Amino acid sequence: MKLHSVTEILTSIEKGETTALDWTKASLDAVRQVDSELEAFLTVDEDSALDRAAKAETGLLNGVPYALKDNICTEGVRTTAASRILENYIPPYSATVANKLQAAGGVLIGKTNLDEFAMGSTTETSAFKKTKNPYSKGCVPGGSSGGSAAAVAAGIVPFALGSDTGGSIRQPAAFCGVFGLKPTYGRVSRYGLIAFASSLDQIGPFTNTAQDAALVMNAICGHDAYDSTSAKVEAEDFTRDLDLGVKGLRIGIVRNLPEEGLNKALKQAVDEAIRKLEGAGAQVVDVELPHSQYAVATYYLIAPAEASSNLSRYDGVRFGRRAEASSMIDMFEQSRSQGFGMEVKRRIIIGTYALSSGYYDAYYKRAQQMRTLIRQDYEKAFEQCDVIIMPTTPTTAFPFGDKADDPLAMYLNDIYTIPANLAGIPGASVPCGFVDGLPVGFQVLAKPFAESTILRVSHAYEQLRDFSWPTPELGVAE
Amino acid sequence: MNYETIIGLEVHVELKTNTKIFCGCKNDSKSEPNTNVCPVCMGHPGALPVLNREAVDLALRAATALNCTINQQSKFDRKNYFYPDSPKGYQISQFDKPIGEHGYIEIEVGGEKKRIGITRLHLEEDAGKSTHAPDGSHTLVDFNRTGVPLIEIVSEPDMRTPEEARLYLEALKSIMQYCDVSDCKMEEGSLRCDANVSLRPVGESKFGNKAELKNMNSFRNVQRGLEYEVERQTKVYNDGGDVAQETRRFDEATQTTISMRSKEEAHDYRYFPEPDLVDLAIDDAWLDRVRTTLPELPLAKRLRYEAQLGLPAYDAGVLTADPLVASYYEQVLATNVDAKAASNWVMSDVLGGLNNEGKSPAECPISPEHLGGLIAEVSSGKISSKQAREVFKTMWETGKSAKEIIKEQGMEQISDVSVLGPILDEVIANNEKSVADFKGGKDRAIAALVGQVMKATKGKANPALVNQLLIEKIQAL
Repeated sequence: MKLHSVTEILTSIEKGETTALDWTKASLDAVRQVDSELEAFLTVDEDSALDRAAKAETGLLNGVPYALKDNICTEGVRTTAASRILENYIPPYSATVANKLQAAGGVLIGKTNLDEFAMGSTTETSAFKKTKNPYSKGCVPGGSSGGSAAAVAAGIVPFALGSDTGGSIRQPAAFCGVFGLKPTYGRVSRYGLIAFASSLDQIGPFTNTAQDAALVMNAICGHDAYDSTSAKVEAEDFTRDLDLGVKGLRIGIVRNLPEEGLNKALKQAVDEAIRKLEGAGAQVVDVELPHSQYAVATYYLIAPAEASSNLSRYDGVRFGRRAEASSMIDMFEQSRSQGFGMEVKRRIIIGTYALSSGYYDAYYKRAQQMRTLIRQDYEKAFEQCDVIIMPTTPTTAFPFGDKADDPLAMYLNDIYTIPANLAGIPGASVPCGFVDGLPVGFQVLAKPFAESTILRVSHAYEQLRDFSWPTPELGVAE
Repeated sequence: MNYETIIGLEVHVELKTNTKIFCGCKNDSKSEPNTNVCPVCMGHPGALPVLNREAVDLALRAATALNCTINQQSKFDRKNYFYPDSPKGYQISQFDKPIGEHGYIEIEVGGEKKRIGITRLHLEEDAGKSTHAPDGSHTLVDFNRTGVPLIEIVSEPDMRTPEEARLYLEALKSIMQYCDVSDCKMEEGSLRCDANVSLRPVGESKFGNKAELKNMNSFRNVQRGLEYEVERQTKVYNDGGDVAQETRRFDEATQTTISMRSKEEAHDYRYFPEPDLVDLAIDDAWLDRVRTTLPELPLAKRLRYEAQLGLPAYDAGVLTADPLVASYYEQVLATNVDAKAASNWVMSDVLGGLNNEGKSPAECPISPEHLGGLIAEVSSGKISSKQAREVFKTMWETGKSAKEIIKEQGMEQISDVSVLGPILDEVIANNEKSVADFKGGKDRAIAALVGQVMKATKGKANPALVNQLLIEKIQAL
């Protein structure tokens, strides 16, 4: 039994044709069938999943199997952030999203691979394994939520959660040919999400369709008293506007979008998608984002600065890896030196430098000022349009090792996704074609709390899309 | 050369909230180690702080009482440093926007009022507590104290003598107790004081290098530590040396200060705005509520005692230093007794007794109503002041009322002339010499006769009345 969409599973269970246990077993079978090659999972919790599925529940996602990125804490289930330093960490509590999905009747299958502490764009920096792109074993799945994206793309689970700090949901969604949504900052509680950069991190879903994403969003959104930065915005039904279509909707196209390194065929696929939406009645307008050229530089000061502080709790004292050493300072140093990988260390050093006295004003403070300008760019642009559409990534998924030794080239891969995190706005990546057998996605951005507009445009496009969808190399057979 | 001493204090006050500042754990650092802890205060991955409104409320009360300007828009910052008892690797504190700024405290030095400026008052979380094995083999950490809300109060370098520093600290403690924001137990660490001290030649405006003094856990130690430091620095300068900028600790055993670390090891805290908390906005209504519910503060109370009750400044100062003492005193007054008489009893007998037994005013074995009753018995002449002291002692031990004790012990004074008459006659008859002396102009001879009457009545006769009746009777002879 191949797993289909969340919507199909819910309908089938509701009609009494199948049970939660059927789907859970199918999902666990799929793990066995594919994951030894795909390597999307760090932990599979078979017993708990079966146990949970056997219990009749009611809820928005009753009986639907899912996976969580392994930087989302789950009580009693190992959570590693793909780092040696948390290799054997079993959290004493669950993240708010994990509690909400459990309350909605979802069935957790396992925890997925990621770049260590969500720092990376390929999932290659995981301390444990390299997740493959389901469409080409030789290519990266993107990152940092590569495991979640690949698990959905390969048909192991109908949905998975990831986290997006600079594009970590949208970019792997584009690379793996699935739908990925980064909600507005504060829409989904971060409580229990192992922090990378607190002011940028946001949890969101990977699904097969926009409609499925709306169903998952209905279950995970809402104010959380345990997260001060979670927005006090009324819960809404994200499925409500799905069928409104795009007639009269204004799509902003960014003039002067930096196109250096942008794959031509990929751009054509995105342009074709925009034309389809235009054909369905959307109106295309030009907008400007004058400061977007500074977004990557800004991001690579703010994110490491916050990360350098967030990661200082990993000192070997209370949990995680502790090195044997003769003095306290040595113990700290050795624990961190052995526990953190190269990319994490690189960012800790950049962040520590950017915050240090004497450099704070030149780097961190300037970056915060630039962040304000970038946010204002979007505020102005959204006075002229309802959504902005652009490519999610400059290229399709690339081969393993291609950029691993060139951090700057790697950082530029996030050029189109980073601004949304700096501005705190929502964005999604929607599959819109294949180039040389690899998926391509376009990005839909909207103003804060306008996720329903993003879902509506994405859903409208999904009804229009007509390219042929290749079967993944590593996927569950029909 | 003559030097001027420059002293500034940094005081940490533990707020007595029910729960910790950023989580729901009980604020009680004295429980079994590591029992009041959760993922938030242990700094577990993914856990987030949520600000406790009660802590903000208490900080606001303190800042208002210290005459601070309140920043209605303030924020929290991270102060990054590694230490085993700092679970997150940073402390959440306030850097450039504290809750309160530009306040002051008034102290009285040698009869003169002096205003000590307060630079800032900010909220922050406490760290855990490390216990090091004596042989250095290991360290145990207790995280119960982690996340206990603190306010840090930084003074201007306005103090010129160690005595002024002690007076400032005493006034500060008194105000904190009045606002009911803290227990202020220095010996238990709920009030902690660091001092910065430097010297400069009189007339010069530039500050000399300062030493930071830590680990002073009593008012006496603060004064002693500073006195030692002034002497030490004076000697260094007089010997032609320069004072090192360093952190020193007061050693109680030797009553000296010892170097802990020099400036070269200074931290770079890499402060930046705490992204896990939203900015703190205090609206007018909140501020008004704090202002209107703030109690009468010690200085205002002292002045009122002097003006309204006619108490000497000394009495008013002693009675108002601790709000519990003032409250006790006011309850005694409420029984309609003389203000000065009540003051005398509270200051000497009650405070003396509490001090001897190391008790707080809240634990006083004599209720204010009972003390008022005792004072009334004296002023109505029912018992002598000498008897009153004995009654007080019994009250302290038994908790009974003065009336009960007087009755039980048959202590009522004899003021009945019909009872006293025959006794007086007998004394006059048996003491011819004293009677003659008195008649002969020796006024003091009457005392011997009064003594005889007191002896005959086992001290129960009303001495003033006996005195008066004796004179009348002798003159009538």
